[in-house]
Amino acid sequence: MLRDITLGQYYQTESVIHKLDPRVKLIATVCFIISLFVVKSWIGYVVAAVFLAAAIKLSHVPFKFMVKGMKAIVFILLITVVFNLFLTPGEVLVSVWKLRITKEGLQLAVTMAVRLSFLIVGSSIMTLTTTPNSLTDAMEKLMKPLKIFKVPVHEVAMMMSIALRFIPILLEETDKIMKAQIARGADFECGNLIKKAKAMVPLLVPLFISAFRRANDLAMAMEARCYRGGEHRTKMKPLRYAGRDRIAYAVLAGYFAVCIGIRIWL
Amino acid sequence: MSIILDHVNYVYGGDTSLAVHALQDINLVIPDGQFIGLIGHTGSGKSTLVQHLNGLLKPTDGSIYFNGEDIHAQDYDKKKLRSKVGLVFQYPEHQLFEIDVFSDVCFGPRNLGLSKQETELRAYAALKQVGLEDDYFYQSPFDLSGGQKRRVAIAGVLAMKPDILVLDEPTAGLDPKGRDEILDQIAKLKEETGITVILVSHSMEDVAKYVERIIVMNQGSVMYDDVPREVFQHYRELEEVGLAAPQVTYIMKALHESGIPVRTDATTIAEASQEILRAMNGRTAEHGKQV
Repeated sequence: MLRDITLGQYYQTESVIHKLDPRVKLIATVCFIISLFVVKSWIGYVVAAVFLAAAIKLSHVPFKFMVKGMKAIVFILLITVVFNLFLTPGEVLVSVWKLRITKEGLQLAVTMAVRLSFLIVGSSIMTLTTTPNSLTDAMEKLMKPLKIFKVPVHEVAMMMSIALRFIPILLEETDKIMKAQIARGADFECGNLIKKAKAMVPLLVPLFISAFRRANDLAMAMEARCYRGGEHRTKMKPLRYAGRDRIAYAVLAGYFAVCIGIRIWL
Repeated sequence: MSIILDHVNYVYGGDTSLAVHALQDINLVIPDGQFIGLIGHTGSGKSTLVQHLNGLLKPTDGSIYFNGEDIHAQDYDKKKLRSKVGLVFQYPEHQLFEIDVFSDVCFGPRNLGLSKQETELRAYAALKQVGLEDDYFYQSPFDLSGGQKRRVAIAGVLAMKPDILVLDEPTAGLDPKGRDEILDQIAKLKEETGITVILVSHSMEDVAKYVERIIVMNQGSVMYDDVPREVFQHYRELEEVGLAAPQVTYIMKALHESGIPVRTDATTIAEASQEILRAMNGRTAEHGKQV
């Protein structure tokens, strides 16, 4: 059911990647994604693949677990491949009825598939090895310069961590309400699309009400503890760079330089 | 009309390392017309157990029979089962969704495919059964008080005319007055209609007054299954699993230990006071004889 979604989940284990500062992982992920669009030749993708494989190996997250998360996006991947394959003009390789597969289309489809799957595996390494809370901490810290432009950085980060915290709670709530309505004879599976959409009302109305109720309670509890936003707040566990983080930055810089180098000279 | 649970086991979390054995080898027979209290500490598996009774959860191992038919057989009509075994969840007011009280109660019977007239008749009768005044019928359920909302939710299940009514902690979060009102209403309903009622609770005090049979759950298995006075005799063991006998049991035990010849199996305050009076009268009579 809903609980089977592994994309964006945290996988608890001991590894170098888990111990890295979340800022490093965040920046590394962004750099990796950019590098995927920087490189154009196959050598570039090989370099990216090596980098990715090393990260997976170091993260101690079973590859099987990562692939499980990929299942959710197989459909998107397929659509991209099919569209690129058939709709790119160029030198015709195979032609069936009105559909033409071109050499350029084939190349584009393959690159897109590789790019997309690398992109998703790459960012899932980050979410698999970083708890949502440290991730929002990292974001807050990294976005701090934006404060000059009056961006409420702390508030945004707070909202994000609350939102993430509420996902499992609301999933549980959905499950409970669903069962309660099934006990009253509701049917969520049969019927056509309109009937199914209508059947969602007894689920969605209580769910929204409960979400508002929880939000209200949380706001009240925060206020009762004198929460008042970002100014002068200190952290129990402030983020600090350690030796391994500097090494990670060096490795990342090296990788990025190689990617740019490949783009320019190869 | 009975439910039989035959070696029922249930495991949460399947084959992962986080698997929890929530039910272990449950064997129960729930005959017609009984008023049963299902007691257990938080996490003892009582909520999991009641969700098996109307087929919301499928036992990992073992079978459940309703009127002699296996409810997880291929061609068994689960929808019909759910109309026969009415389950009121914890905090049932969280499931209300309609624009007014009356339409919300109509939801259940309408799902059974009944005619409009029959649906409305049933909804009206159910709202009367839980003791809600006509004035509330066309108000939004969200404007009612907590206790009233809960009545509406219970009526929503009653309107399906179940043969067996299962209430999961119907008094959670209510004040003492609201609690007594709801429980009295349920007892009255039981008396009037003769349906089977299973009352889930973690408070002996709540159920001692009403039920004729108590099933005590502990860590996924049935610990005791007997009439209340027999179950309360095990008050020391009950304390060990985080439960307690009603306060009168403790008073009667204390009186008995201090030499007053009372019987210790009274379960309600009325019974206890009668028993104390009897013992004290006997004593003074004896005392008079000696003089």
